[in-house]
Amino acid sequence: MATNIVIDPVTRIEGHLRIEAELDTDGKTVKNAYSSSTMARGIEIIMKGRDPRDACHISQRICGVCTVVHGLTSVRAVEDALGVKVPENAELIRNLMIGAQYVHDHVMHFYHLHALDWVDVVSALGADSLATAKLAKSNNPAYYATQSEAALKITFDGVKAKLQNLIDRGQLGLFANGYWGHPEYKLPAAGNLLAVAHYLDALGWAREVVKLHTIFGGKDPHPNLVVGGVPCAVSSNYNNQASEDLGGTSLNKVNMAKVTALITKMKNFVDQVYVPDTILVAGFYTTKGVKGQTGYYEGWEKRGGTGWNYLCYGEFPENGIRDLDSLLIPQGVLQGNGSPNLSITPLDMENPKEIQEYVARSWYSYLGVTGGNTAALHPSVGQTNLNYAGRGGPAPGAGYTLSRDTTKGYSWIKSPRWWNKPMEVGPLAHVVMMYAKAKLIPVTDAEKAHAQARDLVDAVWTGLLGLPITDIDSTLGRIAARTIETKVIADAMSRWHTSLLKNISAGKLATFVTDADAVNQNTNLNPAFKWTDPLTWKSKNGALLPVGVGFTEAPRGALGHWVTIDEKGKIKNYQCIVASQWNAGPRDAANVPGPYEKSLEGHTLAIPTQPLEILRTIHSFDPCIGCAVHVTGANGEELIKVNVTTTLR
Amino acid sequence: MSNESKKEIRNSVLTRLSEAIQQSEPQHEETLGERLAKAGVTRRSFMKYCAGMASIMAIPASMVPKLAEAALLAPLTSVVYLSFQECTGCLESLVNVFPNTQYKTNSIENILLTALSLDYSETLMAPSGTQAELSRAQAIAKKNYVLVVDGAIPDDKAGAGFFIQSGKTGLQQLKAAATNAAAVVSVGTCASFGGLPAAKGPADLINPGNLRGVSPTRAISIKAALKSFGGTYATKPVINVSGCPPIAEVIAGTLVYWILNKKAPSLDSNLRPKMFYGETVHDECYRKEFLEHGQFVRSFDDAGARAGHCLLMMGCKGPTTHNACTTLKWNQGIGFPMEAGHGCLGCSEPDFWDKKSIDAQGIVGVGFYNHLDPATVDD
Repeated sequence: MATNIVIDPVTRIEGHLRIEAELDTDGKTVKNAYSSSTMARGIEIIMKGRDPRDACHISQRICGVCTVVHGLTSVRAVEDALGVKVPENAELIRNLMIGAQYVHDHVMHFYHLHALDWVDVVSALGADSLATAKLAKSNNPAYYATQSEAALKITFDGVKAKLQNLIDRGQLGLFANGYWGHPEYKLPAAGNLLAVAHYLDALGWAREVVKLHTIFGGKDPHPNLVVGGVPCAVSSNYNNQASEDLGGTSLNKVNMAKVTALITKMKNFVDQVYVPDTILVAGFYTTKGVKGQTGYYEGWEKRGGTGWNYLCYGEFPENGIRDLDSLLIPQGVLQGNGSPNLSITPLDMENPKEIQEYVARSWYSYLGVTGGNTAALHPSVGQTNLNYAGRGGPAPGAGYTLSRDTTKGYSWIKSPRWWNKPMEVGPLAHVVMMYAKAKLIPVTDAEKAHAQARDLVDAVWTGLLGLPITDIDSTLGRIAARTIETKVIADAMSRWHTSLLKNISAGKLATFVTDADAVNQNTNLNPAFKWTDPLTWKSKNGALLPVGVGFTEAPRGALGHWVTIDEKGKIKNYQCIVASQWNAGPRDAANVPGPYEKSLEGHTLAIPTQPLEILRTIHSFDPCIGCAVHVTGANGEELIKVNVTTTLR
Repeated sequence: MSNESKKEIRNSVLTRLSEAIQQSEPQHEETLGERLAKAGVTRRSFMKYCAGMASIMAIPASMVPKLAEAALLAPLTSVVYLSFQECTGCLESLVNVFPNTQYKTNSIENILLTALSLDYSETLMAPSGTQAELSRAQAIAKKNYVLVVDGAIPDDKAGAGFFIQSGKTGLQQLKAAATNAAAVVSVGTCASFGGLPAAKGPADLINPGNLRGVSPTRAISIKAALKSFGGTYATKPVINVSGCPPIAEVIAGTLVYWILNKKAPSLDSNLRPKMFYGETVHDECYRKEFLEHGQFVRSFDDAGARAGHCLLMMGCKGPTTHNACTTLKWNQGIGFPMEAGHGCLGCSEPDFWDKKSIDAQGIVGVGFYNHLDPATVDD
């Protein structure tokens, strides 16, 4: 009988995830893997009957890590139903907020969630502080420009002492019971110590970055967003801070200077620490030697791929979200079906046959549908009937195994498919899409960003790491892509902020679409439309508003919300297909595994009871499971039953 | 005490505490007092530090010596952090109190947080699976740790399956972890009051007239779950640190209070520390002045919005919301929601997702852009 490795809980992720891996008869190679989410909340059912303006506040709470993007996707879905385009300043501010979220999330993922799979904390103790200081000066010269080797030696002595202290007290805390000393850890001691020091630095840096969200959105996590623009108007006392005597808002000169400084701080950390550290760490995990010969090491550019199927909805508009050419991350699909392919296929979120969801292996039932639980439904006609016990959910207790019965479910996540194919979404998809889209002579800002991404892939992946582009579909490729897109986005933030400041000094102050503008923009909208009164949210002829489709390209990948508004101006239906659902979803009706599952096949575990290799690949996707399981309701309740055509403007 | 002298105390003690943590000799069950002594922090300067802390936390000066003595003698506090039906926003918020070592902006909370031992947190810990379960078993086998919980807990009747981790339901895991805990700190509105998972969905989809029914997963707060266990669980000290998420310094400050004092601070009727939740956010809002003059924002980006007028008519729930947003402010004092032009959602109050106020038609219902009755608001 096959050995079944169970990892439950998978830690250093957002949410609750269980991975089961069946080993081959050799007892060390993963033959099949199963990805299961183990927690549900019921957010979409809670949406029903509520004010569509409230949906962004509710959907934000799907995830406290992806807080800006879920709110914004919701806002865009409602704006799509209303047929309105937000003012340029609102778009720039939103881009800055998503941009800050990308930079924050990716850096924190690298250092706080993923690093411990590659960095041996206990080995760091054996590092020579002077050697670490020398490594720091050569790896991160700009970051340590003002510190001498001697001063750095003292700094690294301090980090070591802190660690030693924890170990000697028997209080390793969060570092206790790690796989320290595992043979897959390849970094030298000095590299480990340097990474631990940057783990600590990044914690402090991260709390600076989120101040951008506070300035524009009032707080972080869960900054405020609003249907129709942004809540923060340009202050009437722009040259002064808001106060009891002067009034005004946080969008003022003092805070804009802070934003300028914050963007510089972001860019510096990315350029001086994150990018060189990625290259440093990755260099120790690429293939060494010749296959079949002694000393051969199979690198992580050879493991963890999903087969070159990538999907992006697109992000960072500069002329409204419907102008796909202005998107920094392009929209589209790359279908390689196992081999490299850089030809982009356009995507149609409206086509009922393109994007569909399966529940064949999920704890839901499809009712009144031809094919029953083996059917696939477009989100505009989607259903969510929760049925844990009836679809094979295991009873609580020790030592259970997820159901392998192809008629039963094993996860709270549904399986999205594009033309029946699983798609990988996220940074790797973004970067390969930009690479595929890059023009020889870029003209627009979006084109320049695509070219920058391509040049970074060439410089980092092909150049410094010496790897062929064909190997980017891998665990290491996912990590490198995340770093590369962080740099592209951090650089774009300066441009968006400069444009915002230019607008303000030119007296172009609008941050919110007025009721009159909304009616002017959408000639089908009720002329008596009032933002403040959703009872007026109707079409000109009194008909209901069309289904609203909103999308963003979240740090973890393609994110879409579909909203239907009823005659009372309340939410009739709400449906999301999110990034981690694409990646972490279970098998479909044809028993085709999802990207997490596929990526693990063939992994060889050096020590099966310490499945470090599985964690490396799963973490390379940056799992966000709270996001993936948003769609549940009470037993037997039918949550989504709409029969309308989505209209995508 | 002036702000300057407070700052001075903060800085001098911070430097020395920082050294204490870096330089102290390793030892089991070390107390804070021993650490400080090794770092050359005198008893007198520590008392000064505590006085500073006490004034920040509105603790009576007469209590300071007692607090300081207790803190000096206490062994380092172990913290076990469990997550149930949550979004990780609370932990994201808490992480914002960590220091920036490169830029030397150590926070006072961090120093004491470094002096406690975070023994279990799925989001941050190194091990997964079996080894993570081992860490949990080791941590909860000890006594007197503080159990920090985020997220609500769903129903676990047979076949529910809303939360099952390593074969145990959320309620089973909470019970096991609460057994040896000295206190339970419910971080965030979900853990404190049920929050979003406990928000009501439509009960009857066939008859949409009956719009607000029950929580789809029958989620409850941590306090309610402990109550349902009965016995010593029902009387276990619980501190609710509500907010969606709570402010970083409020979470940290509550933990720091426990470390210094080994008991809960004075709590309001919702079990929230009065030192942070004693006033409404309206009380200290700079826009309150405009309410007094009847100057309101009527639409986002109108002249009133740019001038920072009162957001009451845009649905601000500040007058009924107890929190420290306008005093401590967010993300190291950078700002707060009303400053950035949006009304308070009321996120630190029980049932805030289902609170009723008045809509554009004058009808009472659920909605963040419905407004409070101006006649009931003190200006």
